[in-house]
Amino acid sequence: MKIERRVISVIVLNEHGVLSRITGLFAARGYNIETLTVAPIPGSKYSRLTIVTSGSPRVIEQIIKQLHKLIPVYKVIEHSELVEKEMVMAKIPLEERLSDVEALCRAYNGNIVNIGKDTAIIMAADEPSRIKNFIEALKRFNPKEIVRSGVVAIER
Amino acid sequence: MAQMSGAQMVVEAMREEGVEVVFGYPGGAIMNVYDEIYKHKYFQHILTRHEQAAVHAADGYARATGKVGVAFVTSGPGFTNAVTGLATAYMDSIPMVVISGQVPLSMIGTDAFQEIDAVGISRPCTKHNFLVKSAEELPLILAEAFYLARSGRPGPVHVDIPKDVTAQIGEFDYPKEVRLETYKPTIKGNSRQIRKAVEAISNAKKPVFYLGGGIIHSNSADLVRRIVAATQIPAVETLMARGTLRYDDPMLLGMVGMHGTYAANMAMSEADLLIALGPRFDDRVTGKLSEFAKYAKIIHVDIDPSSIGKLVHVDYPIVGDLKAVLEEMAPLIEQKVDPERYEAWREILERYQELHPLTYEDSDKVLKPEWVIQRVGEKLKGKARISTDVGQHQMWTAQYYPFTRPREFITSGGLGTMGFGFPAAMGVKRGVPDEISINFSGDGSILMNIQELMTAVEYRLPVINIILNNNYLGMVRQWQTFFYDKRYAETDLSMQPDFVKLAESFGGVGYRVKTKEEFDEALDDAISKGVVALIDVVVDRYENVLPMVPAGGSLYNMLLEYKD
Ligand SMILES: Cc1ncc(C[n+]2csc(CCOP(=O)(O)OP(=O)(O)O)c2C)c(N)n1
Ligand SMILES: [Mg+2]
Repeated sequence: MKIERRVISVIVLNEHGVLSRITGLFAARGYNIETLTVAPIPGSKYSRLTIVTSGSPRVIEQIIKQLHKLIPVYKVIEHSELVEKEMVMAKIPLEERLSDVEALCRAYNGNIVNIGKDTAIIMAADEPSRIKNFIEALKRFNPKEIVRSGVVAIER
Repeated sequence: MAQMSGAQMVVEAMREEGVEVVFGYPGGAIMNVYDEIYKHKYFQHILTRHEQAAVHAADGYARATGKVGVAFVTSGPGFTNAVTGLATAYMDSIPMVVISGQVPLSMIGTDAFQEIDAVGISRPCTKHNFLVKSAEELPLILAEAFYLARSGRPGPVHVDIPKDVTAQIGEFDYPKEVRLETYKPTIKGNSRQIRKAVEAISNAKKPVFYLGGGIIHSNSADLVRRIVAATQIPAVETLMARGTLRYDDPMLLGMVGMHGTYAANMAMSEADLLIALGPRFDDRVTGKLSEFAKYAKIIHVDIDPSSIGKLVHVDYPIVGDLKAVLEEMAPLIEQKVDPERYEAWREILERYQELHPLTYEDSDKVLKPEWVIQRVGEKLKGKARISTDVGQHQMWTAQYYPFTRPREFITSGGLGTMGFGFPAAMGVKRGVPDEISINFSGDGSILMNIQELMTAVEYRLPVINIILNNNYLGMVRQWQTFFYDKRYAETDLSMQPDFVKLAESFGGVGYRVKTKEEFDEALDDAISKGVVALIDVVVDRYENVLPMVPAGGSLYNMLLEYKD
């Protein structure tokens, strides 16, 4: 069966241990987590998790059903009609040509956000597939550290 | 509304929930609660001699009565001892509430004495769990725990209460009704799907009812009997569904799966339609999935959507409470389905039944375990509840005991927990005191909770333990015989206690029997005395459970006999 990538948003009650229920479920049943982000939904008692996972259609169906089954889960959103974004930050040595770095960042909705003693901190936010390209392109500036946020997504 | 301590709230909540018995074991972290138990006499507390047994007893009580079973344990080792009980109940969807003590809130996370991350451990083996953070939230949490345990797909719920919370004073306002925004089990089935399913049944040539444990949980055996009678469609039962149909129902082909009957397994393999009512397509039932029911379309009714389509493709999924669905389905079936239609199919299956009936070779030299079970059935059919431990004796009981009704057979199916039978049978006896409570056990299993002799004697719970003693971890020995060239690694139990003296030392009665006459006498004596009994029955060491589908094999490839 073919393996597909899937972005799933889960709306959960903001309560003690809820994240461990979700990650525990994925670990116990051998499901993949590529990225996971979580933050409270403003003005509510819920949080929103965005999980990027992959599996065969049957596994994806099970993941969704098993998530639903968790008591504090309010809603599982599995639209394919999603706008996805991911953010990445990196440290670039000051010896690099910062004008080139800046141009690259701009192309990926980013910028130089901080300049320190030895390094500049840059960021970019874009579609996950483009973020991959960005990281690839960044390599020639010898980044010291790269931090990715994981994917967030919203339905169209 | 009243002010009271968290500990008092716990006992008041038991009263609100109509709890009549709690099985438990005290310790430091839960002492405040026990102090309230001492003061109030709202319910009976049964002090088991091990926390695992407390949870199994609550489980047996729940299985026999359909009510929520309750157990109390302390923090740390008290809780970890209870985990096997939680996992056993979870795998079989048994409604239970287990309350554990925990170290005070301020000490959580400090590796305090008898501190363990209890909710971390119970998360994967409970339907839900709670760590209580204040007395104020305790009434709501307890009400939710009971509601979650018994609603939807039932299951055990664990509530972990820090010691300082049981001392805190708060307002006790017990909710009359629980409503959870994030949890709404589907009760009514989709009517269009139901009509389509009935249509499929009326068009099928070789349909089979595949009856599962959900029937017992949802109390819908009567409806199932009605539908089976109306359609004259043959039926197979899983281990957990035994007793749905009477043993002598002409439509019953017997148990299905690894140790199912030839006719039941062939019916599944050749059917063109499976009508799956509350089973979960366990690997011990399906065998090799790619060969399972490969000519059949499948109707699957289950309250748990994640159960449907988990392992096999389902053509007619129906999510809902089985009882509600069958209530809607029964009149439609009665209108639409003509039992004549399946005549040829019934004849084929009858031939299979005649070809390879469930059978064993009796002997006059040594007692056969199957004979013992049948004999108990002849004497007690319909008058006793039958619990088991795990192993060969469990499978023979499932095969040979003449079950007459749901909740008559109490066994650990999903987890297969040795040591379950005796404490469960105590819980059964407490739940249905007017009936005889039998536990069929093995010489291995019985020693895993033998300390419960003390509990049973103290609380006058006269369980009759029938040990089918083969001097082996028989089921493992059987696999070693079949698949490991008779290399009997660590399964020989020739070293045995004197079970008679053992029973007597606890104040029970023991018997050791080797013949049919001795067995009859012992059983009659134990029943007439109404005592806690161990009947040590010496049986054939090398008897095998047959038929057998080797693990991972196809359901239709059964070993039907074993010749040495
Ligand atoms: C707690 C636990 N440990 C190990 C097993 C594995 N196991 C399954 S059946 C069995 C043998 C049981 O022996 P006995 O109770 O004498 O029953 P018999 O098969 O001989 O009837 C074992 C060890 C188990 N099911 N449960
Ligand atoms: Mg044995």
